[in-house]
Amino acid sequence: MIETDILIIGAGPTGLFTVFEAGLLKMKCHLIDALPQAGGQCSEIYPKKPIYDIPAYPEILAGDLTEKLLEQCKQFEPGFTLGERAETIDKQTDGSFVVTTNKGTQHKAPVVAIAGGLGSFEPRKPQLDNIEFYEDKGVAYIIKDPEVYRRKKVVISGGGDSALDWSIFLSKVASEVTLIHRRNEFRGALDSVDKVQELKNAGKINMITPAEVTALIGEHQLEAIEVTKSGESPVRIETDHFIPLFGLSPKLGPIADWGLEIEKNAIKVNNALDYQTNIPGIFAIGDVNTYPGKLKLILCGFHEATLMCQAAYQIINPGKRYVLKYTTVSGIDGFDGTRKEAPKAVVKSIN
Amino acid sequence: MDQDVQIKITDRDGKLHEIAAPVDMALNLMEVVRLYELAPEGTIGICGGMAMCASCQCYVLTEHPLREMQDDEEAMLSEAFNVKPNSRLGCQIQITPEMEGLEIELAPED
Repeated sequence: MIETDILIIGAGPTGLFTVFEAGLLKMKCHLIDALPQAGGQCSEIYPKKPIYDIPAYPEILAGDLTEKLLEQCKQFEPGFTLGERAETIDKQTDGSFVVTTNKGTQHKAPVVAIAGGLGSFEPRKPQLDNIEFYEDKGVAYIIKDPEVYRRKKVVISGGGDSALDWSIFLSKVASEVTLIHRRNEFRGALDSVDKVQELKNAGKINMITPAEVTALIGEHQLEAIEVTKSGESPVRIETDHFIPLFGLSPKLGPIADWGLEIEKNAIKVNNALDYQTNIPGIFAIGDVNTYPGKLKLILCGFHEATLMCQAAYQIINPGKRYVLKYTTVSGIDGFDGTRKEAPKAVVKSIN
Repeated sequence: MDQDVQIKITDRDGKLHEIAAPVDMALNLMEVVRLYELAPEGTIGICGGMAMCASCQCYVLTEHPLREMQDDEEAMLSEAFNVKPNSRLGCQIQITPEMEGLEIELAPED
């Protein structure tokens, strides 16, 4: 069981900044995120896009913002459970919460801060009859263990980086790789596109474009797919695996069943005070919450995180008085033993 | 001076809305849908309008001259579901005076 002071669900900008603000108040944080890396939307959807409304940054790339937030909170040694989705929450008799992920990892904390953005990113599934029946019976949306595909026939569909990268990788592992895309053009890093072209020319990747997978075939498990080129009749291709890679889309997911008040796909909070939800001890900050006048902006998430930490402090240290300190005056003492402080003024007499 | 154009939008439940879209606020079609709350929050404009998701996909039902499709929109639509020849991403279509009488239908949520 992982134990911490504030359990943060969502490792996007708001969640990461919470670590820093909590650290100033001597509270430890642990973050859970469904994605395999920190940064949330900033690293998953638009890492190379500029943001212009982060105070003091006239322009910063979303990926760089993530890097800087990680750097800023590093000395407070946050823990991470990445690639796992927070699934259930259970209130304990001592008032704390236990949050369990889809992989069974358990986390215990007196305060839970949901900084989940638009929800956890789930793979987008193509709309094919019976596709759910074939999941784990030949159909997978995420490649967890490439060894599964060794000496097997694999069909990949999609036109982005992951479709290209996995086609390249699996061409060395699988007995046969077929890449199917609705257009002839691919949206990916130039060298990946070139590499796929090279492998296609060498006969290592079968490419079918512009085409779409239109049916899945197999009695107990996937045996073949049907692919249709535009304007032509469907063709059957024998395969052991079908991997549709159409990107990820966020879903509020299991959090919606935690007994929290939900409005417009977001969690209602008390914005007059501390962004607490209808369940005391559970807060919602950043894009995932809603209140009158709510703006889904990163800078608003930072503010919400800061106020939320004050309320968390009172829960974790009941009755303890607190006085606001400025980092410029008192410096920062990291949990890793480091100390940052303003250089002392030099005093020297003039004779 | 009238700063609105009249647009007909059929929502995902098939309900027709006749709305006035302002041309002087640099809005795009996705933002107009959100402005009038014609699709639930969190189901449209997920990427914020960068043509990086297809949550604002719509079908254009009239022959209005619209901004030509750029590479990023075309690429995104090629990975979207429920795509038809008249599919566009609402976030890539700025509201202009030429759009008076435009009719669109929101694509299903995928």
